[in-house]
Amino acid sequence: MKHNDTDLTRRDFLKRFGVGAAVATATLAGCRPDKNPADGQALAATEDIPTDKMTCRVNPKTGEQVSILGYGCMRWPTVSGGSARDGEDEIDQDAVNELVDTAIAHGVNYFDTSPAYCKGRSERATGIALKRHPRNKFFIATKLSNFAPETWSREESMKMYRKSFSELQVDKIDYMLLHGIGMGGMEALRGRYLDNGMLDFLLKEREAGRIGNLGFSYHGDIEVFDYLLSRHDECKWDFVQIQLNYLDWKHAKEINPRNTDAEYLYGELEKRGIPAIIMEPLLGGRLSTVHDHIVARLKQREPSLSVASWAFRFAASKPGVLTVLSGMTYMEHLLDNLRSFCPYKPLTDDETQFLYDTADLMMHYPTVPCNDCKYCMPCPYGIDIPAVLTHYNKCVNQGNVPESAQAENYREARRAFLVGYDRSVPKLRQADHCIGCSKCVAHCPQGIDIPAELNRINTFVEHLKQGTL
Amino acid sequence: MLRKFRITLALLFLTGITLLFLDFTGSVHGVLGWMARVQFLPALLAVNVAVVVSLVALTLIFGRVYCSVICPLGVMQDIFARFGRMGKKRRYRYSYSPALSWLRYGVGVLFVAALVAGVGSAVALLAPYSSYGRIVQTLLSPLYIWGNNVLAYFAERADSYAFYEKEVWLRSGGVLAVASLTLIVLAVLAWRNGRTYCNTVCPVGTFLGLLSRVSVFRPVIDVTKCNSCGLCARSCKGSCIDPKAHKIDYSRCVACFDCIDTCRHGAISYVPRKRAATVPATGSSDKNNMVESPESTGRRNFLVSAAALAGAGAISAAEKTVDGGLAVILDKKIPARKTPVVPPGAVGLRHLTRHCTGCQLCVAACPNGVLRPSDDLETMMQPRSSYERGYCRPECNRCSQVCPAGAIRPVSVAEKSSLQIGHAVWIAENCLPLTEGVSCGNCARHCPAGAITMVNSDASNPDSPKIPVVNDERCIGCGACENLCPSRPFSAIYVEGHRVHREI
Repeated sequence: MKHNDTDLTRRDFLKRFGVGAAVATATLAGCRPDKNPADGQALAATEDIPTDKMTCRVNPKTGEQVSILGYGCMRWPTVSGGSARDGEDEIDQDAVNELVDTAIAHGVNYFDTSPAYCKGRSERATGIALKRHPRNKFFIATKLSNFAPETWSREESMKMYRKSFSELQVDKIDYMLLHGIGMGGMEALRGRYLDNGMLDFLLKEREAGRIGNLGFSYHGDIEVFDYLLSRHDECKWDFVQIQLNYLDWKHAKEINPRNTDAEYLYGELEKRGIPAIIMEPLLGGRLSTVHDHIVARLKQREPSLSVASWAFRFAASKPGVLTVLSGMTYMEHLLDNLRSFCPYKPLTDDETQFLYDTADLMMHYPTVPCNDCKYCMPCPYGIDIPAVLTHYNKCVNQGNVPESAQAENYREARRAFLVGYDRSVPKLRQADHCIGCSKCVAHCPQGIDIPAELNRINTFVEHLKQGTL
Repeated sequence: MLRKFRITLALLFLTGITLLFLDFTGSVHGVLGWMARVQFLPALLAVNVAVVVSLVALTLIFGRVYCSVICPLGVMQDIFARFGRMGKKRRYRYSYSPALSWLRYGVGVLFVAALVAGVGSAVALLAPYSSYGRIVQTLLSPLYIWGNNVLAYFAERADSYAFYEKEVWLRSGGVLAVASLTLIVLAVLAWRNGRTYCNTVCPVGTFLGLLSRVSVFRPVIDVTKCNSCGLCARSCKGSCIDPKAHKIDYSRCVACFDCIDTCRHGAISYVPRKRAATVPATGSSDKNNMVESPESTGRRNFLVSAAALAGAGAISAAEKTVDGGLAVILDKKIPARKTPVVPPGAVGLRHLTRHCTGCQLCVAACPNGVLRPSDDLETMMQPRSSYERGYCRPECNRCSQVCPAGAIRPVSVAEKSSLQIGHAVWIAENCLPLTEGVSCGNCARHCPAGAITMVNSDASNPDSPKIPVVNDERCIGCGACENLCPSRPFSAIYVEGHRVHREI
């Protein structure tokens, strides 16, 4: 592994050496001498990752070369080994630096953060890690995350915008986004950006050169998406961030009538020649932790490729995509993604069809489309909503949601579901305590009817407990 | 040989009964539940004629083997006594002492009086099996569960579901104090003097002692072989061998056979009455020894200190630390119930009080955190239901399955679903739709009896907040509504107990 920067501390060096050694070990352990890596395919887990092969896409306005893999900075690792999105633990800055160094060394140059990420700590950690690299090595994307009504005022929004510069230690934001457009409908858009003049202000900042590119990220109400695109002539959106993956391409609306298929969203951008930045290529991990049958299907086709790599390659397969974001907490995630994009091997038509068929199959497994983004939290009555839904999805994917007491694995599945439930969610935070106040519903970017899902899961739990399934 | 046989059986019984109190999965009871049911006092209270008659017959034939083998508290004292005899100097540390008959029979009379008067706390305090149950449930069980939790921790990391975590919580400070004091007093007494408790305080020991006076088999000293060395008396934990008179007080002899093994001349043998070489002596009525035994004052201390600590029993478990993204959840507090709630199968308050020995087996068995010992002075240590941690779940009837005393009679899950143990009472001031203006209805949604309906708080206004109304006739008092009510620390709906349970 080569690194461009020369001011490595000894500690950094040892750490990287450790990672390199780990990769090398994996190479040896996973090596199968009787089988050559398939030619023309993406890199298998057993191969070294070249540092000069990152595929880049060109920003049509500025001509910037943007790496097809973008680093999502919402899940930085903590000292306790988890993700800073989940806990109060301190962010492990050494680990962040190491991840950023490895990413930049392999050609990743797009870093996407927000004042809201990692409970408000992401920008600072990202800034510290990037400050150690030449400014021309990376693009910074951040957002105006004025979700809370108390930050809707012009003063508070302005304060948030200015703080991003100081936290990130830069004098220019390369990519600036209106954050989470569509959540809360037109009302929230007016409150956050239109009535307080923040949109006009940001347009002026772009003119002044303190913002390189201006765009927005979209979730939820399609009316807001269409409205903002209708103002494209005036606002000249440089890019738009959308949720795109092989499941949402055709099934987003089917999963939830309030959502919109990615095919439409991407089509609207392509029509206007606006580059798309892709978020949720993995659906918050739901396209990597899939049902065992799906894992078998994907692995059968390409035994050496990870399940997640399929999702990344799909997201990058659209020509209008500028970069695909991935929130990588662990070095293994980063290395796996680098393998998919150094260089990017486009999907064949056959492979694309294979993924569409896979998506059709996935629709048979009744998981709840929760991406564990935690925007619904905190529930005023203390329920750990994402933990409940994630546990349920995990059990669906592992075949531990029996359909009846006659199911073959009923006893084991029942125990796995109930014992696992108590392990994943403290009793007082379980679904039976949901009173159905529906305060969470408006916050869910995936438009899940959370109280209805919690009630459904609780009914299932009751059936399991009472043995009346 | 006899002694080894006795020790083996005793350890089997002790282990089995201890497991009964430790097991929280409900899997041990089916195999070992009989060990609790053959205990004398629970069998007597359950009017289990077969067991009582068998135990009486056993004692009439073999003497007080019950006290040496079946009674877990007796065996536990033997273990402490064994520690007390370790080392050469202390090996023969006991000596003959005349019976403290006034204390013995005095306690016995008091006990019967308490039983008849229905003073459950006094009964529970004196009953040996209950004392043992309390000690295991309050003192040993936490260690067992913590051990289990360590295993669960590793199981979780190994993706195994073999073990699951179980919460340890203090159910009653009063009972903890009583159990701790009982253990300390018994340990000290047993360490120093062997079976003092069994021969002076224990009402079961007193009763069986009356029978064992005339038992068929008994250890007998053969005066032709005896050289009056007194070794047997110094090894007798019952202090009942008078070596000078070559007499054994059979009312106090617990048939441990230690003396037989100790005698170097083979002068003591366990033989039937007919073959006995000497006429057995009756219990000595010597009253020279007027020193008040420490346990009688200790017992009084129990009552006083237990009463003082009863108030402290309401202390809830330490609050958990809360993660950043999660709202703080206040612990529920116990509402002031006018009538206490007791579990289905208890028939009613009076029935429970009259039969319960306060052994805590039901409390140990309750998987839902509902049962805990009462802190009332009169019914102390008897089970009470409360719904702060869970509710009496429809699929569970474990407490009724384990009770050896017939205080909680067996009820099937189906019977339980129509057994009314109390009724829900709505407290408007706490109800969220009225106080916070949110829609709720969690009580109605979770009522297993379908006894709660949500109605408009203002009948003339269809948009008014919906509040629960309880159909008292259908409510069974399970506490699902109270437990799952979002209002904290006091629920907006709680259960009032019924004095007598009824079928609906």
